[in-house]
Amino acid sequence: MSPRRLFAMAFKESLQIWRDPRSLAVALLMPLMQMVLLGYGVSLDIKHVPLCVYDEERSDASRALVTSFLASGWFSAAKMLQSERAVREALDRGECIGAVTIPVDFSRVLASTGRAPVQAVFDATDTNTATIAIGYAKGVIALASADFAARWGAQHGLSAPRVGTIDLEPRVWFNEGLDSRNFIIPGVVAVILALVGAQLTSLTVSREWERGTMEELISTPVKALEVMLGKLAPYFAIGLFDAAFCLLSAVFWFDVPFRGSIATLGLTTGLFTLVVLGIGYLLSVRIKSQLGASQIALLLTMLPTTILSGYAFPIDQMPAAVRAITLFVYARYYVTILRAVFLKGSSLGDLLLPILALAATAAAIVWVAARSFRKRLD
Amino acid sequence: MSANPVAAFGLTKRFGSFTAVEALDLQIGKGEIVGFIGPNGAGKSTTIRMLCGLLRPSAGRAEVAGFDVARQSEAVRAHIGYMSQKFSLYGDLTGRENLRFFAGIYRVPRREIRERISFAIAMAGLEGREEALVKTLAGGWKQRLALGCAILHRPPVLFLDEPTSGVEPQARRRFWDLIHNLAGEGATILVSTHAMDEAEYCNRVALIDAGRLVAIGSPGELRGRELAGELFELACAPLGAALEALQSLPEVIEAAIFADKLHVLLEKDANALSLPAILAGRQISAKAPRAIAPTLEDVFVQLVSRRESKRGRE
Repeated sequence: MSPRRLFAMAFKESLQIWRDPRSLAVALLMPLMQMVLLGYGVSLDIKHVPLCVYDEERSDASRALVTSFLASGWFSAAKMLQSERAVREALDRGECIGAVTIPVDFSRVLASTGRAPVQAVFDATDTNTATIAIGYAKGVIALASADFAARWGAQHGLSAPRVGTIDLEPRVWFNEGLDSRNFIIPGVVAVILALVGAQLTSLTVSREWERGTMEELISTPVKALEVMLGKLAPYFAIGLFDAAFCLLSAVFWFDVPFRGSIATLGLTTGLFTLVVLGIGYLLSVRIKSQLGASQIALLLTMLPTTILSGYAFPIDQMPAAVRAITLFVYARYYVTILRAVFLKGSSLGDLLLPILALAATAAAIVWVAARSFRKRLD
Repeated sequence: MSANPVAAFGLTKRFGSFTAVEALDLQIGKGEIVGFIGPNGAGKSTTIRMLCGLLRPSAGRAEVAGFDVARQSEAVRAHIGYMSQKFSLYGDLTGRENLRFFAGIYRVPRREIRERISFAIAMAGLEGREEALVKTLAGGWKQRLALGCAILHRPPVLFLDEPTSGVEPQARRRFWDLIHNLAGEGATILVSTHAMDEAEYCNRVALIDAGRLVAIGSPGELRGRELAGELFELACAPLGAALEALQSLPEVIEAAIFADKLHVLLEKDANALSLPAILAGRQISAKAPRAIAPTLEDVFVQLVSRRESKRGRE
């Protein structure tokens, strides 16, 4: 390999990128746009579930229960309703996710027996949200019950419960606020890098075939490896720039805690960038048409990184067969690494396995891409 | 190994069942300019691409600068300059940037880069425009610049595939002057073209049709040797009807339209002066035929038609 040819190749490619507004826009504006869209658009947190209330009784006790729902922060008052029918209509129209009905004899039954039923109906078209809302409702009711039991006991001269109680005191690690943004944003960085990276290089060889410059290039003594490395070098710089932009905005704009080492982050980001650039390059070499190569690059990066990388949909929850497929989805390793470095502050040693997987992928793709480039027309 | 810089032996290229080039033999000596002439699709580009190591021969072999084009294609590439049929410099780079790129790719010695790039710019007549993007240049400049890029490393062998197509006549003339200068310095050059008049600029001409080498020789040799009869120019009207009438006559070997007249090749002992009378009988007016010296195009037309009639008999 000749450093001079490598430099000539890289310099020429840089000039072409600089003079091509389209590739510059893909390189610099797409990450910004996607960071805003995905960073703000994707949130798995369910807060302020809209709640309708049909309080048939309107007593102090029933009003106290409604207040404890709204004061929890998990629910927000959507509408106060006056009939059974209105409950149904409100759910049908999607005015609320949950509706609580407090029966007309609520406080009387509660006072006399110590137990009283309250009905809650949930819209389960979005099962995830409904399940979580039901959990929230149970929590609210449990708190209200304990409160009531204590007061009821005091009124009836029972100073303390006769049976012991076990209190669970949960501590949440790594993402103390249980903020799903902290979980999502590092993955978003991987998704953006994969999309942009493969797009950039998918055009680089096919463009030369389409414009006819490739025939001249392959009639020179330039080597396949020099063409590849020379073409990838400027895109690698752009990829790292994009990565830095995304990672910095994750920390300083989206306030995701960063606890790991910058070196670990740098090394793994470099590997991942190499993988996605290599995929784009490989497609460009094989397909020889700009449109075809960029479409397939989009398909090959978009689907696996958004669906199978675990950036939003947990891999643990997937069926075994799909889980096995994700082992070949290079993005999952980078998502794992990013999350661990950001939230857990994991070191290189902790991440040996995913890093090796990423490195092996990078080596394999670069090797195949270098071998795919043929200096022949047939 | 052949002493000639370009030597092909039974060079053949098939694409599926289609034979693009069939058993082509060609020897080009050092400093010689050979014109590769034939219609589009005759196999000129395919032959040149095989000689550049870009296509693998289906059969036969070829040596360029002493290296086998199939087995030593990288060594071949280091010793050739190639201009492909399609303009193939980077349009979004300036002339100087293109030259610098190819100088890097060919690893032109560093201390010579400046001088060789200046030479290429002067040769292309690009002074004052060397910082303009190549896509904004007119055809003649582009072609000369492409030639400049192809010779930066002073290759002993040059393959130029229709370098003058789409270039205005004056620029064409100038381009051929450059080619002659390069040959004068010892470069061996194979130039393809489908413009017959350009054949006159070559030391030797190789006529190729339907993948076969039909004839090869100096323009003078070809003109003198190949005609089987005597050639006459005939002014007549209407041309189409006259052509049809003449082709049906037994003494006419070949007739073809050249501009506003016909060229008629007659058997040696035929009476040319009888032609106007024969045509008059078919309501075609004709002046007296005039014996002319054949052009290369006449030779080519005749060679191709002879081959076709032979094929027809087989």
